[in-house]
Amino acid sequence: MRGAQEAGPVILAVEGVSLAFGGVKALADVGFDVREHEVRAIIGPNGAGKSSMLNVINGVYRPQAGRITYLGESRTQMEPHFAASHGIARTFQSLALFKGMSVLDNLLAGRNLLMRTNLLLQALRIGPALKEEVAHRRRVEEIIDFLEIQHVRKTPVGRLPYGLQKRVDLGRALAAEPRLLLLDEPMAGMNVEEKQDMCRFILDVNDEFGTTIVLIEHDMGVVMDISDRVVVLDYGRKIGDGTPDEVRANQAVIDAYLGVQH
Amino acid sequence: MTLALAAGDTFPKLLACHARERGDRPALREKDLGIWQSWSWLEVQQEVHRLAAGLAQAGFRRGMHLAVVGDNRPRLYFALLAAQSLGGIPVPFYQDAVAGEMAFVFRDADIGFAIVEDQEQADKLFEILPDCPGLKRIWYDDPRGFRHDRREGLASYESLVGEGEAWLRANAGVLEAEVAKGAGGDCAIMLYTSGTTGNPKGVVLSHDNLVISGRNYVELEGLTDREEVLAYLPMAWIGQNLFSYAQWLVAGFRINCPESAETVLTDMREIGPTYYFAPPRVLEALLTQVTIRMEDASRVKRELYRHFMALARRVGSAILDGRPVRGVDRAHYALGEMLLYAPLKNALGMSRVRVAYTAGEAIGPDLFVFYRSLGINLKQLYGQTETCAAVCVQHDGQVKPDTVGPPMKGVEVRVLDSGEIVLRCPGLFVEYHRNAEATAEAKDAQGWYHTGDAGYFDADGHLKIIDRARDVGRLADGTLFAPKYLENKLKFFPYVQEAVAFGDGRAEASAMINIDVQAVGDWAERRGLPYAGYQDLAQKAPVVELVRDCVEKVNADLAADPKLCGSQIHRFVILHKELDADDGELTRTRKVRRRFIGEKYAGIVEALYGEAAQCAVEAQVRFEDGRTGTVRAQLAIGRAKTFAPAASRSAA
Repeated sequence: MRGAQEAGPVILAVEGVSLAFGGVKALADVGFDVREHEVRAIIGPNGAGKSSMLNVINGVYRPQAGRITYLGESRTQMEPHFAASHGIARTFQSLALFKGMSVLDNLLAGRNLLMRTNLLLQALRIGPALKEEVAHRRRVEEIIDFLEIQHVRKTPVGRLPYGLQKRVDLGRALAAEPRLLLLDEPMAGMNVEEKQDMCRFILDVNDEFGTTIVLIEHDMGVVMDISDRVVVLDYGRKIGDGTPDEVRANQAVIDAYLGVQH
Repeated sequence: MTLALAAGDTFPKLLACHARERGDRPALREKDLGIWQSWSWLEVQQEVHRLAAGLAQAGFRRGMHLAVVGDNRPRLYFALLAAQSLGGIPVPFYQDAVAGEMAFVFRDADIGFAIVEDQEQADKLFEILPDCPGLKRIWYDDPRGFRHDRREGLASYESLVGEGEAWLRANAGVLEAEVAKGAGGDCAIMLYTSGTTGNPKGVVLSHDNLVISGRNYVELEGLTDREEVLAYLPMAWIGQNLFSYAQWLVAGFRINCPESAETVLTDMREIGPTYYFAPPRVLEALLTQVTIRMEDASRVKRELYRHFMALARRVGSAILDGRPVRGVDRAHYALGEMLLYAPLKNALGMSRVRVAYTAGEAIGPDLFVFYRSLGINLKQLYGQTETCAAVCVQHDGQVKPDTVGPPMKGVEVRVLDSGEIVLRCPGLFVEYHRNAEATAEAKDAQGWYHTGDAGYFDADGHLKIIDRARDVGRLADGTLFAPKYLENKLKFFPYVQEAVAFGDGRAEASAMINIDVQAVGDWAERRGLPYAGYQDLAQKAPVVELVRDCVEKVNADLAADPKLCGSQIHRFVILHKELDADDGELTRTRKVRRRFIGEKYAGIVEALYGEAAQCAVEAQVRFEDGRTGTVRAQLAIGRAKTFAPAASRSAA
């Protein structure tokens, strides 16, 4: 059952975004909004432009047209550093972890932007740096506890099974204490049980921390279960937007997913 | 050595004594957020008082039952003590108990109040709420997932403690008076036995039962208030209640709760317990891990391991028992200690273990000797929930792998003509809750408790258990048939997870087998044998051969035993699914329910006694998420060689 968190005001609005790589149009005039505390899904077939959309939101790709309004500030393209320092964090479809580092260190690395003391103090572990490190470690431990990965705390990430690596990737994003969390196919390549676990973690993040979540997912069933509202993309165009029930009944969406006779 | 044992005939009084005498010493630790957090005896007492006051305020009174549901967590210990402080009776549950099983207990014990660990447990209680109108209040420890939960009667542990604090200020001295009212004969705790048949029975144990049993162990082993103990066993198990609760409060040592079930091994290394209790299943899992890792080690290390373990098997137990050993072997063993045994014990977290116990089921001689040969003083004991697990225990230096040692202090044991063991002991339970009939059946007029176990005393006065008395049957020709004895012999092979033997009233014995998916899977991987999962692996021809080999070794072993040589296993089958407590095939303590399995898989049993080499099955299974599905499979029926009595020549 959804609706634990009341959706708040619009936190992010995307209007008329178009993105092309040479002659390939990845996104064409796409617009939608995200309200605070909601779980917003972007779905669509392969190549629909879902990942491109996330990359536009956090500033990795620069769209040729359109506006992005985040926290009331409107701009034509997002700056990656602004996004990161203003509470946008993300996970990656292909994972972005330091494979040779332990789970704990990966999560601590996720807090990099929140560290205030300078490198020298940190290296010497003196004064405010020590106090700060303790505070960061505490926060990271809470995330470890939250994601139930205590047993692999000191294990190098590269040695973990894929499902757990996905969880660590989520932890790394959470470590930045995001206001807006972008999840790129958090359940890709997982079995049913792992998917269920991940769903529970996503809902718990939304519920416990009030984090706004935008997620991309292939698995329609999963999306419909955990999202408040869904945007459907197909060949770079928005073909549907609304609650899971509305989207499910949308003829254009059915055609895109099941194919249509020409 | 004389010990200053805490005075007091009830647990709350013992707690008060520790709070006075060693108030600032740590009593309890839990690893949380990566750090060992500790509570001193004084802090434990204060927390227990606040909690008890909260319960009193909510209407919990003397004689009432409090459900305690969850994993081994400090706050659940406080819950036990708080209920007892008010003269109430805690009823702990296994954390994996399913809602249906819990409903019976809630009704049987008229439970109105429950303290649970987390949302998972609370949800189970809400599921059974319609059937248990008496249940009024539920408090949870871990707030996760409860943020928007407004269900009636639900509140957090913190809120309960908070209310208790206010109540304490207004009612000074009331709680102390309640504690003083308690007496040793009062009921301390109620533990439901899983029961292989019918509904579970509530075993009522008094403070005297547990305190005296605990004290006997503490005196026997010379335990002090400096011991470190890892508390990770299920709260509803008598072993947990005796070793990590009763003895904790008697001796005043420290218990340490691990961070989660998956981190037990790491946490154990950090704590370095001096006193350790583990069911054979846990010890076996540890050994399997060591063996698998050794197989992956470099050649030099593998050879070193092989060499020194062979030496340890030969002389290790003798050195531990203080028996004479040649000087050259001693020196060799000392070198092994430096190179292998000490690092291995460290990896297992057992470097500091002075006394270790195992109980709950039979332990394989190889497994038992493995730990002893490393110099770990592992011992077996014998007892039931009804006897506070305090009947027999092996003494230092007099340990035989196939017996459970001589009776403890104050315990009288007799073996009836039928072979059944009966006994009287200080830990003998008061009664079965609201079940006078069952009580009378178990405890006769003279106070002898009928254990239902069959066994005998050996020449040294050590008790040897062979099976449950009522399970001991006869083959059609009158040969003795002890199914558990056969099953245990099979289970001692690392490849066999569970076994169920049949044969009572039949012409010959047969067995159903569950392979150990980890051990056999590893074995298959090494041979480049691909498989999809348990069901697929179980029916691979080489795996059937592997199991056949185990069965034949058991047969060869049995042939040497004049009493049991007739019950060699002729035919066997590897089951298509793992036996599971959720499907009712195992009890919560993972004992096989032979009769139930025999009925559920009647088709397979018939096939075992038929001529066919194959048998088709279809079974309902329940998945972890609660859905049910159907599994279909063709099972191969294997035939095993049997041996002539007292000779190793093939007879079949």
